[in-house]
Amino acid sequence: MTASTQKPAEAGAEQDSDLIIVEGLIKHFPIRAGILRRQVAAVQAVDGVNFSVKRGETFSIVGESGCGKSTTARLLTRLLEPTAGKITFEGRDISHLKDGAMRPLRRDLQMIFQDPYSSLNPRHTVGKIVGAPFRIQGVNPPGGVKKAVQDLLAAVGLNPEHYNRYPHEFSGGQRQRIGIARTLALRPRLIVADEPVSALDVSIQAQIINLLEDLQSEFDLTYVIIAHDLSVVRYVSDRVAVMYLGKIVELTDAEALYGAPMHPYTVALMSAVPVPDTRRRQERERILLSGDVPSPISPPPACRFHTRCWKAQEICRTEEPPLVELLPRHHVACHFPENYPDQAVNATSPEASLR
Amino acid sequence: MTTSALRDLVIRHPGQGEEQPFLEVVDLRVHFPTDDGLVKSVDGLSFALDRGKTLGIVGESGSGKSVTSLAIMGLHTRPASEQTRPGAQLSGEIYLDGDELLGKTPEYVRSLRGKRMAMIFQDPLSAMNPYYTVGQQIIEAYRIHNPVNKKVARKHAIDMLGRVGIPEPSRRVDAYPHQFSGGMRQRAMIAMALSCDPDLLMADEPTTALDVTVQAQILDLIRDLQSEFNSSVVLITHDLGVVAELADDVLVMYAGRAMEYGSAEQLFNRPAHPYTWGLLGSMPRFDRTRSERLLAIKGSPPSLINVPPGCPFHPRCEYAARNGGLSEDIRPELVAVEPGHTVACHLSQTDREQIWEHEIAPKL
Repeated sequence: MTASTQKPAEAGAEQDSDLIIVEGLIKHFPIRAGILRRQVAAVQAVDGVNFSVKRGETFSIVGESGCGKSTTARLLTRLLEPTAGKITFEGRDISHLKDGAMRPLRRDLQMIFQDPYSSLNPRHTVGKIVGAPFRIQGVNPPGGVKKAVQDLLAAVGLNPEHYNRYPHEFSGGQRQRIGIARTLALRPRLIVADEPVSALDVSIQAQIINLLEDLQSEFDLTYVIIAHDLSVVRYVSDRVAVMYLGKIVELTDAEALYGAPMHPYTVALMSAVPVPDTRRRQERERILLSGDVPSPISPPPACRFHTRCWKAQEICRTEEPPLVELLPRHHVACHFPENYPDQAVNATSPEASLR
Repeated sequence: MTTSALRDLVIRHPGQGEEQPFLEVVDLRVHFPTDDGLVKSVDGLSFALDRGKTLGIVGESGSGKSVTSLAIMGLHTRPASEQTRPGAQLSGEIYLDGDELLGKTPEYVRSLRGKRMAMIFQDPLSAMNPYYTVGQQIIEAYRIHNPVNKKVARKHAIDMLGRVGIPEPSRRVDAYPHQFSGGMRQRAMIAMALSCDPDLLMADEPTTALDVTVQAQILDLIRDLQSEFNSSVVLITHDLGVVAELADDVLVMYAGRAMEYGSAEQLFNRPAHPYTWGLLGSMPRFDRTRSERLLAIKGSPPSLINVPPGCPFHPRCEYAARNGGLSEDIRPELVAVEPGHTVACHLSQTDREQIWEHEIAPKL
């Protein structure tokens, strides 16, 4: 390994093609107790995350519940303010912008939510829901708001004549389409989608995934997709980041990640996915992780995965492995990665992997 | 057709023995009267399951899979009389080890629950009583069926919790459900369901609320415990991946009816119903690089008050036009396409094989 391959992840990436850059992002939720509401501990939901998303790509964040992926989504769209770290969107630092300063940016930065039942106001008509972004931003689309809304409904595959209906008159898949139409209203550049299809039935899920793909090419969109379903992620993503307990443990192109995962956690995660193929039932070797994910209030020291890792050694308990580019475009935070030809380097000289 | 004639028609797989199947459902119908009309949740469903085998029931929301499981467990509220509160209207026959259940009193069916048949629910937090410790809930079920004192029952509860992989079971037995994580709660419920060694285990979406690594642990657990107790398992799920992992036979349901029924090997390698093709084509594949687009099924599932006449799937089916309007008028019955593999579809055998081979299989 040479020094040049050991630069911190993403730091040297070509800046101009990056739409959003995240550096050292941290979000701790305080836990308060006692009369004085003093902070006694913190949930370390996101704890030092670096990545950047290029224009036009689909970047996915996967992980199990509690790994911090949804918090990351809410930080990116600034529905939450980061505890520390920097988020740069189109060259502008948005980490600590106030609501008022953030509002004009929301035209370019939109979010799709998981639950199509709770993310639409049941007392507003579809027309009002999808037209809301125009009203809030004071935009007068050519041809009027009603025409613009009907065009949007048509674009997401809904009947424009349903303008005056209420959300309860639609099925789950149709509601998700309404949410997507609202997201698209102001022609955003970046859409952060938090589990956009996990609440839907399989056949409807496929419709929405196809729709998101069509819209991406039609409206020139960049997606950040948060998901726990590894099959969906493989299908939609260009690049994937795997999170565990508030940290990115692996980040690379989808093909590389699924073809030859390097972090033991990714390997275990992949081996656990059920595959609809009876012939594979016998052949597959499954790595069963023991126990549960530790609490993010007091995560294990050093490598956070060491308590459940079958390869863990002394160094994993004492030194935190940084996220480094072990293979071209393949970033891994592990002392003993899988599918890596040159394991001996790490095993014999642990200092080599430190920054 | 009489139900006894129908019973003879229930297809037996070559793998199934000559002896009587352990669970047999014949022409089951579960209808719910509502102000808007009659909801036909299950409408003429028949299947059979041998001892020690696993049947996977697959379908989307509203296809009637959970209603079927509740009917087998005898958990639907029946109307006491026509005037009182509406409940489920059940007809058909359910045989558990030769014993017909639908005609029996609720008290009799209750005496079977726990020992003869037990159920794992999807959401363990709402299936457990938050006021009682996990141990108390297991002990209660165990003592109903076994004449033992509390001390013995408690020891058994600790044993069961240890068996399903809960760490420190002798301490955890006194914990309340909210003190457990999601995966542990699901394990505790499995321990509860298995505490009396039931002969039939109904698992309704047992892993849907769980993360994949925990799901893998739970599926392994069900598999191990099944081989240990030689129980029959009915696994209800929307996830074809889970079915492929665990099931011997598979039943695909749509709008309260069986669309396709066969062994897992037949169903995944030679699926015969356009709806099954749609389900397989809708799934992004984890184990392959992406092909073209997903083969989504157009439209959405029908309302169960207004199930389309003929084949319920025909408004969404790409191939419904191929048989001259037959699908719109006549309800297809399950017919065999090969031994042990039945399909409810009007497509001719040649059409079906052609479409599968040339249009569907290459795109999956």
